Amino acid sequence: MKNIDQKNPYLPYPGRIEAITIETEDQSLKSYRIILEKPEDMANWTHVPGQFAMLSLAGKGEIPIGIASSPTEKDHLLFTVNRAGVVTTALHKMDVGARIGVRGPLGNGFPVDKELRGKNIVIIAGGFAFTTLRATLIYMLAHRQDYGNITVIYGARTPGMLLYKEELKSWSQRDDIEMHVTVDREEPGWTGLVGFVPTIAGRVAPSPENAAALICGPPIMIKFTMPPLEEIGWTDDQVYLSLENRMKCGLGVCGHCNVGPVYVCKDGPVFTRDEVQKLPIEF
Amino acid sequence: METLFSQATEAIKREARALLESGEVAAFLGFAKGSIPTVTRPFVARSPEETDKLIWNGLCVMNLANYLPGLLKSLEPARRPGEPPPEGPLPKVGVIATGCWSRNMVIQIQENQLIRERLVILGIDSPGMIDRRKLESLAGGKEIQAIEEAEKKVVISGKGFRLETARQEVLRDNCLTCTHPSPVILDKKIGPTMPERHVHEPFARIEEIERMDADSRWAWFQKEIECCIRCYACRNACPLCYCPTCFVDDSHPQWVGKSVDPVDTAIFHILRAYHCAGRCTDCGACESACPMGIKMRLFTRKLQKDCLELFASEPGLDINSPLPLTTYGPEDPERFIINGSKQQGTQGGK
Amino acid sequence: MKILKLDDSDLKTLLARWYETRDLFSPVEKNGMAGWKRIEPLEFVEPAKGVPKTSLKTFFFPQPETLLEYSARPGDEGAYVPRPVKEKARERIILGVRPCDARSVLLNSLPFADDPYFKAKKDTTLIVGFTCKQPCSTCFCSWAGGSPMDTEGMDIAMTRVEGGYLADILTKKGEGLVDHLLDNREASPEEKEQLKTLREQAQGGTGSEGGPAEILKKKNLMDLYNAPFWQGLADSCINCGACTFLCPTCYCFDIQDETIKGKGRRIRYWDSCMFPLFTQHASGHNPRSQKVQRVRNRFMHKLKYFPERFGPLSCVGCGRCIRECPVNIDIREVMRDLLSIP
Repeated sequence: MKNIDQKNPYLPYPGRIEAITIETEDQSLKSYRIILEKPEDMANWTHVPGQFAMLSLAGKGEIPIGIASSPTEKDHLLFTVNRAGVVTTALHKMDVGARIGVRGPLGNGFPVDKELRGKNIVIIAGGFAFTTLRATLIYMLAHRQDYGNITVIYGARTPGMLLYKEELKSWSQRDDIEMHVTVDREEPGWTGLVGFVPTIAGRVAPSPENAAALICGPPIMIKFTMPPLEEIGWTDDQVYLSLENRMKCGLGVCGHCNVGPVYVCKDGPVFTRDEVQKLPIEF
Repeated sequence: METLFSQATEAIKREARALLESGEVAAFLGFAKGSIPTVTRPFVARSPEETDKLIWNGLCVMNLANYLPGLLKSLEPARRPGEPPPEGPLPKVGVIATGCWSRNMVIQIQENQLIRERLVILGIDSPGMIDRRKLESLAGGKEIQAIEEAEKKVVISGKGFRLETARQEVLRDNCLTCTHPSPVILDKKIGPTMPERHVHEPFARIEEIERMDADSRWAWFQKEIECCIRCYACRNACPLCYCPTCFVDDSHPQWVGKSVDPVDTAIFHILRAYHCAGRCTDCGACESACPMGIKMRLFTRKLQKDCLELFASEPGLDINSPLPLTTYGPEDPERFIINGSKQQGTQGGK
Repeated sequence: MKILKLDDSDLKTLLARWYETRDLFSPVEKNGMAGWKRIEPLEFVEPAKGVPKTSLKTFFFPQPETLLEYSARPGDEGAYVPRPVKEKARERIILGVRPCDARSVLLNSLPFADDPYFKAKKDTTLIVGFTCKQPCSTCFCSWAGGSPMDTEGMDIAMTRVEGGYLADILTKKGEGLVDHLLDNREASPEEKEQLKTLREQAQGGTGSEGGPAEILKKKNLMDLYNAPFWQGLADSCINCGACTFLCPTCYCFDIQDETIKGKGRRIRYWDSCMFPLFTQHASGHNPRSQKVQRVRNRFMHKLKYFPERFGPLSCVGCGRCIRECPVNIDIREVMRDLLSIP
């Protein structure tokens, strides 16, 4: 019918892969530094930490990936991708310089400029769910005066499975973040914490006073992290979770990601635990 | 036949109630009355009281074998993947079976989808089931509000019309060529045994299609599936289609396009039919389920004919006789694999 | 807007005139099954009763629809960069649309409000509706928020009366179709009164006010979700997509890339929440792995989630799903069951 104009929400921005970092020892996670090809697209790009974008590989399809770069990192976008399905497998085979489309930003993101402002922040992450929390952390460090204490509890199976290893080191050396990086089991050469994230969270026992917790990780981790927090007075409305579901349009239309009446892609992916508790368990 | 159906209904209710009351079965699978006269509803009674809803008539066309693996599994205590089933016997299900449905149960047992000991089968001879599309076309666009079945005739009525027809005229095509109306496995028989049927030229329509030249046959095939909406009612109504992920749904790799492109639709129907080769009992559930009136049963019927001619095999008749296409022996003919493929090839499809 | 009185020859003349610059579509009986077909003006016959088997959504949400195109030849300029499709706009008129189907277009335009493809198709399509005289036993439009005399979503609403039609001109676009007749075919005050009476009779007090949408919106979500009757539906359901694909207001879709000989397109095509893979993650985890969850989702979406978000039910009461469900799952029973939950 009529020409579909440029405001088409299905049209990705053309981009290119500028750099690829293998994040984990098993090579299942790689980070892609992407620049949008048109300078104006790159300049106009803006997002909120916690939002995601569709990475678009013409011929393979699209995949929703959390944006791992902070909006304060202006000249590029960062996506850390786990190899799982058709599109991510294809992406893992791509080289620097390859064309890739980016459609977004999509979803709501963490309320970094609203509810979280002025609060003590506790970031709890497990495995490769650290990506949008990295974006959040970088953003908060760039606006350090807007937040109280920042505590990070991050765990992976092994030291080799931790994401952003260099950054973790540099954050550990700062005195304005409290870092607790842990691995599941003892390993030669690892001098940091050993234990599951829930255990460490219980040990660190961050105060709920004027605080908010941002938790991303496998459902089982979230499940076991809550009791120790609740024991010391944390309530569901202080806890922010980022949900994942199968998504196609990213616009709240196609129906794949609904959890009861909400669309994870449009109304989320970030919800308070309070909001999630009122929904059917369909995620 | 009205009395036959009502007697059978009463007997089913009685037996199902007794099975549930005694605790021998945890659920009974049958049919309940539908909200429109042309369709009945497959129904699971889980308490003796619920058996009052059970019915039996000529519109009970969905193959109940289709529900059994899922229903049985749902009755097992929940367990984690890989965890072995608990000690002792697992809950049983009572079910109604006609000839073709019982043959499907045989195949499901042979293919390790069902355990015979977990079924209590009330066997009932099929009097031949009714094709709702034939009733609808008889009504000529008028809405059917009531159906009465008698031994030799069916009466449909609605606002301002009442039509009587010979039962034979409105039977489903598969029932017209059925030679095995009696259940082959059962625990208790309901109703009388139907006289053995001799069908004159059971594959007449298939032979007619075989006689077409390749182009006309292809044109016929394309026309037949033209209005397919890819809803998969045919596949989902079929007790043979139990793959956890069907090839049409698989995306890794993707075997076939998912929209209504004629090539994709053709691939779906051809592959669906071939997956049923040597297994299909011609129950006709696919055709009865199709909202668009596609006669996809003809595709499987052709393969049935081939299996009968090439392997002398009629699926599901005997639990001890192997399935033709999953059994291999050193004496198997090799002609169609190695030499002579051309001669052999002309015998089959296009 | 005006109400015209047209006789049968007026209608014939109009169809011929419209046909000069536009495509005409209407329900056509073929192989014993009515579907929507492109027609010549003389082929048009007002359908006797009811709706065609397939719904109107295919005009606005085609199966499949090309969203973007791309070259898949690595050497091409702009290879693998998707671009919007360029299609020629030609207006089309859909005739013989029943009030339920016309209303479905409005309901679908709620979720598709920002969708350029849906909008483009809506902009170039005119609906000439025909109100219903004879409801089928599976019709329940007035319960779903409509009425057999409803005109919502139509550009012109035709109502059969003695000696022809009363044509209610409802939109500017509709007016454009009959502008040359506006002055000499206006209906008489008596005829207008007649139409008014017909509409009042049809309302029957079961319209949207105090209807199921309003009542269900107020009920507690989890009470409905945890209702005991879902298992019974799942016992019968075979999880096919017949209901969703025939439904005029089921609009879930999937998106996929298709590349053939160096030419690629990104298409969207109908999907169904009845299918197990609909929600399956790449990890294998499936939030709605059970049949009962999927059956429940379809009805909860239509009767609870959609009304909560947009207001009305995502159902127009056309009865297609009731007629064609192979295992007789009846949405009217589901509505009654949901309404009976305290």
